[in-house]
Amino acid sequence: MEKTINKEQIRKPENLVYRRTPLLVDVPLSYCPGCGHGTAHRMIMEVIEEMGIQQDTIGIAPVGCSVLAYDFLDIDMQQAAHGRAPALATAIKRLWPDKFVFTYQGDGDLAAIGTAETIHACNRGEHFTMIFVNNGIYGMTGGQMAPTTLPHMRSSTSPYGRDVEIMGFPLKMTELITHLPGTYYVTRQSVHTPANVRKTKKAIRKAFENQKLKKGISFVEIVSNCNSGWKMNAVQANKWMEENMFPFYPLGDLKVDGQIVEKK
Amino acid sequence: MAKVVGDIAVNIERCKGCEVCVGVCPQQVIGMSVEVNGKGYHYAGPVNDKCTGCENCALVCPDGCITVYRMKVEVEQ
Repeated sequence: MEKTINKEQIRKPENLVYRRTPLLVDVPLSYCPGCGHGTAHRMIMEVIEEMGIQQDTIGIAPVGCSVLAYDFLDIDMQQAAHGRAPALATAIKRLWPDKFVFTYQGDGDLAAIGTAETIHACNRGEHFTMIFVNNGIYGMTGGQMAPTTLPHMRSSTSPYGRDVEIMGFPLKMTELITHLPGTYYVTRQSVHTPANVRKTKKAIRKAFENQKLKKGISFVEIVSNCNSGWKMNAVQANKWMEENMFPFYPLGDLKVDGQIVEKK
Repeated sequence: MAKVVGDIAVNIERCKGCEVCVGVCPQQVIGMSVEVNGKGYHYAGPVNDKCTGCENCALVCPDGCITVYRMKVEVEQ
């Protein structure tokens, strides 16, 4: 006969298997319900916790929804001007070569105003990590069209869908920098299912470990949702992302250990 | 025979009611409350005792408000 186990017996410190990492400051995140930024933040801090490098990590906060990242991540943070996070990270990494430096940027920051900084930092082969959160829209300012907005995707500045004849084609930043000699590890992940979250954490871990080798940029793109900008709820947004974003932005490694991964 | 039982503790005031955790639970443990929290969101919580402590819900929770516990219990055949 099965004994009934009450919740007090299970909820003991020795049975704890997962909790919010204490490296995230204990404040409510400012993101919309269901936004992938929160999960991305948590994965970065879990990697830093596992590696025990809290004292040796310097993060660069971007401009965008994650502009307040310095309030949430309990490490040394610096705020960059819009798009200039790779330039600031270059300076910090060159002054402190043994620190772990990462930038955390959205697509409006990294792929629009910061394109030049991104491409040149990748081409110079600086030794920091770039985390690129791509949701195909300018989330913070109200869902305007971004360089990464998909063709025919509606946004507040392309209400009839993105017409590629007038507005141009979406920019695949990750594919672009894969072919630059200064990048060492380039991958694209997402954070909407448990399996993808685990893969993302492994990718971020690898990206941070690569900084010890000093062989170039490690670039992790995280395809994320923007349910407020896409005008959906979180579950619909994740489904929409799987159906529409992933065919255009396929997940997986693009460059591992300096070698471009050939697609079959 | 050993059986794994789990439990989740949701930080009710941090939950924003996005319902991402509901769909990823393989045991359909999580449901949304009828009441609302201080910010007016319907918060998530366990609705039955089938939890195995697989951590899926805690991994996808954007606000990290789920804590997972897991223990082994001996079950007599």
